[in-house]
Amino acid sequence: MIAINTQNYGFFLQLGHGAWVTLTLAFCALPIGLSLGLLGMLAENSRVRLLRWMSITLTSSIRGVPELLVIFLIYFGGTTLLATLAGKYVDFSAFTAGIIALGLLFGSYASQVFRGAFLAVPIGQTESGIALGFNHFQIFFHIQLPQAWRHALPGLGNLWLVLLKDTALVSLIGVADLMNRAQTAASTTHKAFTFYLTASALYLLITSVSQIILNKINHHANQYLKS
Amino acid sequence: MSLYSYLPQLANGLGLTLILTISALILGAFLACLMALGLLSNRAYIKRPIDIWVFFIRGTPVLVQIFLIYFGLGQFDWIRLSPLWVVLQSPFACAVIALAINTSAYTTVLLKGAIQSVPEGEIMACKALGMSSPLMMRRIVFPRALRIALPAYTNEVIIILKTTSLASTITLLDLMGITNQMIANTYQTIPLLCLAGAVYLVFNASIIYVFRRIEKSTNDYLSV
Repeated sequence: MIAINTQNYGFFLQLGHGAWVTLTLAFCALPIGLSLGLLGMLAENSRVRLLRWMSITLTSSIRGVPELLVIFLIYFGGTTLLATLAGKYVDFSAFTAGIIALGLLFGSYASQVFRGAFLAVPIGQTESGIALGFNHFQIFFHIQLPQAWRHALPGLGNLWLVLLKDTALVSLIGVADLMNRAQTAASTTHKAFTFYLTASALYLLITSVSQIILNKINHHANQYLKS
Repeated sequence: MSLYSYLPQLANGLGLTLILTISALILGAFLACLMALGLLSNRAYIKRPIDIWVFFIRGTPVLVQIFLIYFGLGQFDWIRLSPLWVVLQSPFACAVIALAINTSAYTTVLLKGAIQSVPEGEIMACKALGMSSPLMMRRIVFPRALRIALPAYTNEVIIILKTTSLASTITLLDLMGITNQMIANTYQTIPLLCLAGAVYLVFNASIIYVFRRIEKSTNDYLSV
């Protein structure tokens, strides 16, 4: 009896490590997703038709296809593609593939959030930037971005929660995240319910703490409206 | 071997994907209506459990929910010995149940918001006409709320269609499952995944089209 308990204790520790990997995945995918989202939004608003067309096709294809398929395409497809290009087998870690896939998914939804947010910045702001002799970069980074940011925050917050939950999918390509460790523990001990429930409790903890922090950030960003 | 030879198998998988989507949506919508009504009641002992349930479902990944139902329930002897086990041991039933529970939580929140945004004046008008509460719900509030919720519900339908791909992880041969199987046989990873992706895209595009039409026809009276 005691032996079983200590064994299970080890598995719970493993879940803790897995939760750490899950957080790492999400935090690595976030900057990639945010930059891709911004780039996608800029391309969609650009004057070059080809860029516009590419951005719209790419983001709407990714959004219309199951997340699992995107992850498989990046991991298995990426390995095949790299192997063909290099002419020999190339090791492409599942972790890297997972981050790229999650970043791409986040980015294609984020580009829509950013699009709405930038539209919400009054045109007069841009015009006054031009009148003051700002160049394109200055207008973007000093006038539009700081204001659009506030409009984008709630949408990005939702995407962050989606991202956290999507990280569970990379367990299927063998990344040792929370879900993957729960699977190992469940199949070894035959206590699937216990371990999946523990895993879901940890996910719930991560998402609810995120929600609290996101609310704080939102509150902070909109403080200037209250006075 | 050309890609065309895979099409019959893909069609089988697509059939399962569509059946999964439709059954999960119907069951989920039914559960969501009940839960939304429960959330609007004033009784805390009805409201609190639903709130906690919705919070739990929305805060955890679908994959965990599917595994919890498919692999997890077998841990308990009393479930395995109960007559329910006939249903719960089939991966199809588990996938439908998990997807339905998942979509019902999201739809509940959606419906609750929609019901609350039915204009106050219409409810007062019902009361002034002496309608009973169930009649008012059936004739005025629900039809109105459904129209308000429709655009957001379209997204939910698309999400569920995409999520059915996770059923392949519990051995079901839906579109994703069939694709994985064919990749294992032929090693044609990129073409087959792209083909499956294209099929999902076409179906999502059709869903958007159909729902736009429904939206237009149900909200016709607004654009006089």
